Amino acid sequence: MAQLTMIQAITQAMDIALGADERVLVFGEDVGKNGGVFRATEGLQKKYGVDRVFDTPLAESGIAGLATGLSMQGFRPIAEIQFFGFMFEAMDQIAGQATRMRYRTNGRVSCPIVYRAPYGGGVKTPELHSDSLEGLLAQTPGLKVVVPSSPYDAKGLLLSAIEDEDPVFFLEHMKLYRSFREEVPEEAYRIPLGQAKVVREGKDITVVAYGAMVQTAKKAADEWAKTKGIEAEIIDLRTIKPIDIETIVRSVKKTHRAAVVQEAPRSAGVAAEVVAQINENAIFHLEAPVRRITPPDTIYPFGLIEDEWLPDAKQVLQGLDAVMSL
Amino acid sequence: MSLVMETKPVPHIQVLDEQGKVVDSEWMPELSDAQLRELMQRMVFTRVWDQRAVKLTRQGRLGFYAPVAGQEASMIGSEYATKKEDFILPAYRDVPQAVWHGWPMYQAFLYSRGHQHGGEIPQGVNIIPPQIIIGAQIVQASGVAMAFKLRNEPRVAITYTGDGGTSQGDFYEGINFAGAFGLPAVFIVQNNQFAISVPVRLQTAAETLAQKAIAAGIPGVQVDGMDVLGVYAATQHAVQRAREGDGPTLIESLTFRFGPHTMSGDDPTRYRTKDLEEEWARKDPLVRFRKYLESRDLWTESDEETTIEEAKTAVNDALKKADEYPKMTIPGLIDSMFAQLPSDLVRQREEFAGKEEK
Repeated sequence: MAQLTMIQAITQAMDIALGADERVLVFGEDVGKNGGVFRATEGLQKKYGVDRVFDTPLAESGIAGLATGLSMQGFRPIAEIQFFGFMFEAMDQIAGQATRMRYRTNGRVSCPIVYRAPYGGGVKTPELHSDSLEGLLAQTPGLKVVVPSSPYDAKGLLLSAIEDEDPVFFLEHMKLYRSFREEVPEEAYRIPLGQAKVVREGKDITVVAYGAMVQTAKKAADEWAKTKGIEAEIIDLRTIKPIDIETIVRSVKKTHRAAVVQEAPRSAGVAAEVVAQINENAIFHLEAPVRRITPPDTIYPFGLIEDEWLPDAKQVLQGLDAVMSL
Repeated sequence: MSLVMETKPVPHIQVLDEQGKVVDSEWMPELSDAQLRELMQRMVFTRVWDQRAVKLTRQGRLGFYAPVAGQEASMIGSEYATKKEDFILPAYRDVPQAVWHGWPMYQAFLYSRGHQHGGEIPQGVNIIPPQIIIGAQIVQASGVAMAFKLRNEPRVAITYTGDGGTSQGDFYEGINFAGAFGLPAVFIVQNNQFAISVPVRLQTAAETLAQKAIAAGIPGVQVDGMDVLGVYAATQHAVQRAREGDGPTLIESLTFRFGPHTMSGDDPTRYRTKDLEEEWARKDPLVRFRKYLESRDLWTESDEETTIEEAKTAVNDALKKADEYPKMTIPGLIDSMFAQLPSDLVRQREEFAGKEEK
């Protein structure tokens, strides 16, 4: 089995989908000859031709609108938004259009689009490239939002997203693109959307995370186990809309404590939703209030202060200590 | 030396003048007598239907409604130039085009009321429900047109917006994508002079809206939108160009809505003068075309009356059918969110079951 980076796994998933289904199209800015600014579409135009993998004019609403129109006509577009922060330009076509088509036509027309976008902090980008805006999408009815944290998951989740009958936003953390490799089977496999995964077992506290924060949480948990003998159970959400509350509740019933780590600003986001759902479903199993471990409610500060802004293992440990001390 | 570039005026198409006289036979479309009569029938029918819809809205029997009187030539002339397999992406006022393209009238009424079945377009009818967001349909039209091009289907995507719509970024993105990819699309701007209350001269410094096509590298043409033959001719040429693989066209149709923006409290006297309204009333597309047909002995008073009665009956029948249609339910609404409901929505479906009856 090949050892792949996450970006290679993503390319492979699109390659498989393009090969298996003629309705699948890949387009966006620089995705053709250039193979994408991160090389996610490397070699795909050469292999499948300019009708199926192509560059568009530089306009995100145009790209997303093209996807809306094509999907209404039976195609399965994979539309790349070059950086997640550019999503604002496409927001109407996503939240105002494609996600409403099934509602608008009472099920007659759907928009099976996958929007792919790189996001995430720690790689020293200009402004509006690194922001974690997933909370905005998670409150959009009709949309599923997927955030893989590993090469293996990225491939299986992306194939499920492409085959889904409804729009899916697929977020790719830039820091994870090439940070590690793992074994990824060459053949097609699917990981169902909406299923979280326990990535580290533990009995003392449940830590919910997604994207690059899964690695941060793991690092913190390993250090904690070594220094204090406390075992954290880490759940990787993988899909942030809908949230797999069953897996979280099962864990909380075992550990009786929980914290959520996210890279997005604190308020009204995915972490808040996880806390709310734990409260609704497992509050009497809790020994302590559930804590959000997040950056402050500010604009993502690109550049010089981003490493301090992002939650690191130290901040995660402080947060977990606070939950354990109650 | 000067930075000011002289722009060539865009072509302007007009076949009939206000008196129904042919002013430009070059653009006279090849239509049979029966087709000419059908165009008139549709315009009269639509005028009566619109008058009824306005009343029904006042009575609370319809929901959201944007009156169409004044724009019949622009709407019906352009739709008449399409084939059933062509795909129409209407804006909110463009209900007549959608209905003449096959959308059952009772569903248009249900759409007006906010019933989901309204948008459940029957198989084989090539439209989507009217767009509310100004300009969103223009980028989508390029997507639909690209689908036709990729499948080598001789079909065309036709979309509509208003004068205000040309100020949206999506307008430029849509026509630019269509130009860049050479897509079979026709973009029709119904310039009815006001975006709710804001006049065209406040929308843009551009002399015409049709000239916005120049920036996208596609043909732009202006047509007298009160002249059904001119609108038909312009659209027919644009549709044919698209169908033959020659790419998109932008058509600016100069028209006027006689009524308010919508039936939701708009008062045109706040922003339009009586003189202006009278000036446009003299251009009434029905009056003009009726005169032309009468001069050719193709239309009589009894034709007019028959059509009026047909329209009244059709509206009543559609209204009855809309009234009888089963009510929406919250579980039904939830079911329309996804092909397969995620477990959280399955739980919410149970939670909200029967809420509308409680």
